[in-house]
Amino acid sequence: MNLHEYQARDILRRHGIPVPPGEVATTADEARAIATRLGAGPVVVKAQVHAGGRGKAGGVKLAANPAEAAAHAAKILGMTIKGLPVRRVLVTPAADIASESYVGVIVDRTSQRPVLIVSAAGGIDIEEVAAKTPEKIHRLVVDPRYGLLAHQALGLALQLYRDIAQARAAADIMQRLYAAFYAVGASLAEINPLVTTREGAVAALDAKIVVDDNELDRHPEIAALRDASAEAPSEVAAREAGLTFIKLDGAVGCCVNGAGLAMATMDLVKYYGGEPANFLDIGGSSNPQKVVTALQIITADPSVRAILFNIFGGITRCDDVANGIVQATRQFPLKVPLVIRLTGTNEELAVQILTQAGFPALTDMDEAVKQAVAKAKAA
Amino acid sequence: MSVFIDQQTRLVVQGITGRDGSFHTRQMIGYGTKVVAGVTPGKGGQLFDGVVPVFDTVAAAVRETEANTSVIYVPAAVAASAIFEAADAGIPLIVCITEGIPVLDMTRVLPYLHERGARLIGPNCPGLISPGRSKVGIIPGNICRPGRVGVVSRSGTLTYEIVHQLSTQGLGQSTCVGIGGDPLIGTNFIHCLSAFQADPDTDAVVMIGEIGGIDEQHAADFVQQAMTKPVVGFIAGQTAPPGRRMGHAGAIISGSSGTAAEKMAAFARAGIAVMKRPADVVPLLKERL
Repeated sequence: MNLHEYQARDILRRHGIPVPPGEVATTADEARAIATRLGAGPVVVKAQVHAGGRGKAGGVKLAANPAEAAAHAAKILGMTIKGLPVRRVLVTPAADIASESYVGVIVDRTSQRPVLIVSAAGGIDIEEVAAKTPEKIHRLVVDPRYGLLAHQALGLALQLYRDIAQARAAADIMQRLYAAFYAVGASLAEINPLVTTREGAVAALDAKIVVDDNELDRHPEIAALRDASAEAPSEVAAREAGLTFIKLDGAVGCCVNGAGLAMATMDLVKYYGGEPANFLDIGGSSNPQKVVTALQIITADPSVRAILFNIFGGITRCDDVANGIVQATRQFPLKVPLVIRLTGTNEELAVQILTQAGFPALTDMDEAVKQAVAKAKAA
Repeated sequence: MSVFIDQQTRLVVQGITGRDGSFHTRQMIGYGTKVVAGVTPGKGGQLFDGVVPVFDTVAAAVRETEANTSVIYVPAAVAASAIFEAADAGIPLIVCITEGIPVLDMTRVLPYLHERGARLIGPNCPGLISPGRSKVGIIPGNICRPGRVGVVSRSGTLTYEIVHQLSTQGLGQSTCVGIGGDPLIGTNFIHCLSAFQADPDTDAVVMIGEIGGIDEQHAADFVQQAMTKPVVGFIAGQTAPPGRRMGHAGAIISGSSGTAAEKMAAFARAGIAVMKRPADVVPLLKERL
């Protein structure tokens, strides 16, 4: 789950990391009031959306005074950035910046441990820095049993700052960031940029935290930060029903059990000349109601011209899926053709249920995909 | 022979009285696996289905039954704790089926296992099966046939699809291992490839990967350097949308975007026959056997 910048800043602040002041506004008047409270000097108005490249899209603006802050907020609050509507802006004092660095924590799949990544070339696109000048990126694999040790943090901080006071401040921030990473159950926590001001202070100007969805049950206070308005409505509905759904642009709606088979099914749709309309994994142990919800979500997409079920029963019982299909089509008759492939656990029972309800059922994956692609094209 | 499990496997089921645990325990017993014990705290002293003794702790189960392999079906919130417990009881092979374990839990579990020399398969995996000999996990026994092809996969149902293709077209399997789809897993492709290379009853290997991470690229290097047996590979997610990834640091750390195209190219460079679709598996294997 992605957190907004303002939410990530709050978490860092609670962990004792220096973060410049700032508040969130949902209207232009609120933005003006915040800018006034911040001393009526220059402020930055920043769109709060789950998308990178906010600055390039015009979602980050410098304002000289509260009136200008209100004007910028009015414009940004109506914007859509990468398909996501902007509903909140962060208003924060314009900092007088001397340097910009990058500090991030992530779990590395190869070493299977958390890794601190730092670079003195922060602020801009850090991926580009990594690709073009990898020598400017420094990393440290951390032993999770002991955490980020003080001398390790200082060693990294000295890669960023020559001034020992600044290095000590940055090392302290790194240890606190590492602690926050574990405390909230993050899969990514980054400060970009970590700045030094003209006065020499070190502070986190912008922050990004991604929380592992599997941690949300044990962190209700973090789960409560979810901003469903910042996600596609179909993906929210799917998540609430325990399904994994990603909308794509094609015409063949796919409903599959298991992520690997779902991806392989999408690939096969493409192989036979079609385009998948979505990724949808109904998961294991699926009850008929899940199937009903899945069909509702797929049919809500007007570009879907045919629907393909591909079920390999293991934990998932084919008869459960068959019952779900029959129930769903009784509740709301389908306007597009349906191709069903089921094999595995309780396959015979499923074929019987479907045949009685007037649906032909296939057992071969390639044949089913070919038919679904042909029907989508004919529709 | 087979890899990781055989007729000597003495299994303890952690979470034996739960919904999934009880269902799959019956399936495993039906397949011929020696299920010697179950563990559910608070239910020690009971008999599962009148035959399998249930204990409060894994340590007690090992002491009383000489269990040497554990399979875990407990909920995600307590699954890391169940793995710690199995390792502490001296179990050398732990198979964790549970899906949804936080990655940060696994950063603590894996060094603990390493220090005790225990092997973990999974988490978030279907387990493994040596057709006709033993099954630990949830892979449906009826789709497998005994034979000489090793299968290793990050996926669940996609593995079943490919095993189904093999079995219905006359190619049986020595062992099928589902290593799990999570970012941090106990047993990776290389561990399995190296076991299959050493196994005299395996003639060829099918490797099923997917997008994300760089494990498949490392596995390709291993195949090129250390394997003499033919390997056929598949990567799921050729049409997966880009952009569903973690911020900036993910790409920095791996030095790769983990796309299907990249992985398929690495396979091809290493001499692995690359399937375009699951149905290619049998023709490609038959050309090489």
